[in-house]
Order: sequence, then structure tokens, then C-alpha cells
Amino acid sequence: MNELAITVIGRDRPGIVADVAEVLAQLGANLTDSTMTRLRGHFAMTLICTGPDAAGVEAALAPLAAEGQLLATVRAVTPDGEVAPAGEPYVLAVHGSDRMGIVAAMTRVLVDAGGNVTDLSTRLAGSLYVVLAEVELPAGVAEAVTGRLHRTAAELGVEVTLRPADPDLL
Amino acid sequence: MSDGRSGPDAGRDVEAYAGLGDWTPESLAVAGEVRAVVSAPHPVLSRAGDDVDPTAEETVRLAADLVATMRVSPGCVGLAAPQVGVPARVFAVDVTGHPKAVTVHGTFVLCNARVVEATRWKPGREGCMSVPDLTGDVKRASRLVVEGDLPGTGAAVRLVTDGFEARALQHEIDHCAGLLFLDRVAGAHAVYQRKVYL
Repeated sequence: MNELAITVIGRDRPGIVADVAEVLAQLGANLTDSTMTRLRGHFAMTLICTGPDAAGVEAALAPLAAEGQLLATVRAVTPDGEVAPAGEPYVLAVHGSDRMGIVAAMTRVLVDAGGNVTDLSTRLAGSLYVVLAEVELPAGVAEAVTGRLHRTAAELGVEVTLRPADPDLL
Repeated sequence: MSDGRSGPDAGRDVEAYAGLGDWTPESLAVAGEVRAVVSAPHPVLSRAGDDVDPTAEETVRLAADLVATMRVSPGCVGLAAPQVGVPARVFAVDVTGHPKAVTVHGTFVLCNARVVEATRWKPGREGCMSVPDLTGDVKRASRLVVEGDLPGTGAAVRLVTDGFEARALQHEIDHCAGLLFLDRVAGAHAVYQRKVYL
């Protein structure tokens, strides 16, 4: 079974998701995990699907890109093997005046502590910059990481919070 | 009416609304059996459960089975009849000892339960035994008044609760209405892969 990673990026218009999904369904490609958002007004979709070969999917998506407004890429990927055990889940929120290097500096603190970002979104609204990340941290490091994040945030002149994101099993 | 009672229940015995009274799972006087828990997508999880007669033998047995199944499931604080494949408005809850619980009514089972007051809505991340691989951010009322019937005696009860027990009750009442937390997630990016912790 082929596993394909597909990205579709370009000028947003109503109907892109339906068009892409329809092409994939007609090819017998099964859409598995996907995410789509608008980034500063640009359509941005990333998805994994299983089924046909990459070349066939690329050819089928080509008409969507023919007007030059959308770019679609397709490549075969290897299915993930055993996933390493996750750390403790946290949500990182950063906001403040936009400046260079906020994401780089804050995520470096996480990586240096053995953490892993599993979901990230950033938004620039006027001069306000906002970062939200789902983060996994090794057990027992959250307090120290919080201290380092606050020091880094102070240097950058932004605010930061790191809060647990444990789900309640009901 | 300040106590929330109106309509067809307005004439019920006021005493019956004081809480669980002396009801315990032992009141059922039936040894519950552990049942298999079904996972989504299963049609029984997506249809509204039927009203039950709380005094019927089959309801009492179901109540005992829900308690038994809940007790053998690690971390489980609530279980609704649809989760064991029965489309009925019955669920068990027990948040005893949970670190986020404030008001705790112990182990109890409610039939035909409905929310009569829900206030102070707060977001939280939920998981569900019937959706084992995903979690989601869901807003729930943190102050809750629920009315329902106790299995066995059929006594009408009115529970006032808050915090984690309120969240658990809303989750189970949703199951009885054919709803999963997935039907209430906060947005397109509010569902997460459930993680296996270290």
C-alpha cells in the first residue's frame, strides 16, 4: 500500500478542498490524516493518503494547478514505524510584539530540554504575534522549562505560558 | 421555579430531590457482570438511547453491569449503556479520588437523566473509552443540576454538582443522547491523537 504525502498551497477560493478530495476519491486514494488552514489568506493543505502511486495522483491534481493559482506536490512516504512513547503533554502560548526569532528561540528551549512540538500555529495580527504549540516534555522537566521559557520571553519582550494539557478520560 | 422543577415533574415528591439519599450500588442487590465496551464507529454510540423503566429487572441488571464494567476499567470515571452496546438512557459515574473533582457523590447510576441547569462553562480536554485513540477540547458547564431516576427504587433524584463530576455527567448524558465528545469539540483543530504516556 502506497502512503503519499500531499501538499496543496495557493490562492484561496471556495471549493479547493472539495476539488482535491474528489480527485483523490476518484483515484481510489483514501484520505487519512489531513489539515487545512488559511495562512495569511493563502490556502494551505497537507494530507496523507493511501492507495495509488504518486505519479498518478500528481497527474490527476495537475489540472487544479493549471491556472497557476495552486501548487500541488505529491511524494511517497514510508509509513511510520513504532512511535516513541510520548512525554507529558503541554500547551505553549506566546504573544507579544512581532520581532525576528520568537519561534526559533522558544522552540529551542523546548528541544534543549528533550521536548517535542507536535502541533504549531502562529498568527500575525497587526503588530501582535501569537504562537500556540502542543508540546511533549520529558517527565519532571516542566518547571525548569517554564523558568527558561520565561527568561527567553523576557529577553524577547513577549509573554509566555506553559500549561498542562492532560486529557480527562471519561 | 427556583429549584428548576416544572412541567411533568412538578408534582413529584420534594423529598425525592434531596440527592442520592442512602442509595448505593449495593442497593441494586444484583452482582454486575463485566461487559465488553464498544468503540466508535459503532451505530449504538450514535443513536439516542431509549427511556427505561428504572424499576425493571433488566434496568437493575444493566445498572449493576455498568458499575462492574466501570470498576474494572482503569481510569474510568463514567460509563453509559450505549458504550456496552445497549441503547438506553442509563449511565454510571464515580469520580471518587479524582484530583480534579470537587463535589463527589460517590458511585451512582442514573436512568433517564437530563440536565436542568448548566452554567459556568469551561473548556477542558476529554478522552473516552469508546474513542480510544483521540482526545478533544470540549466546553462543559462546571456548575450543573441533573435530574433522573435511581435504578431499583425508581426514586426521582436531583443532583447539584460541579467541576469534574459535572463534566463526567454531561459526557455520559451525551452518550445516552447518541452524542460523542467529537460532536462538541471546539473547532477544526481541537481533536488530538491520544498519546501513550511514558
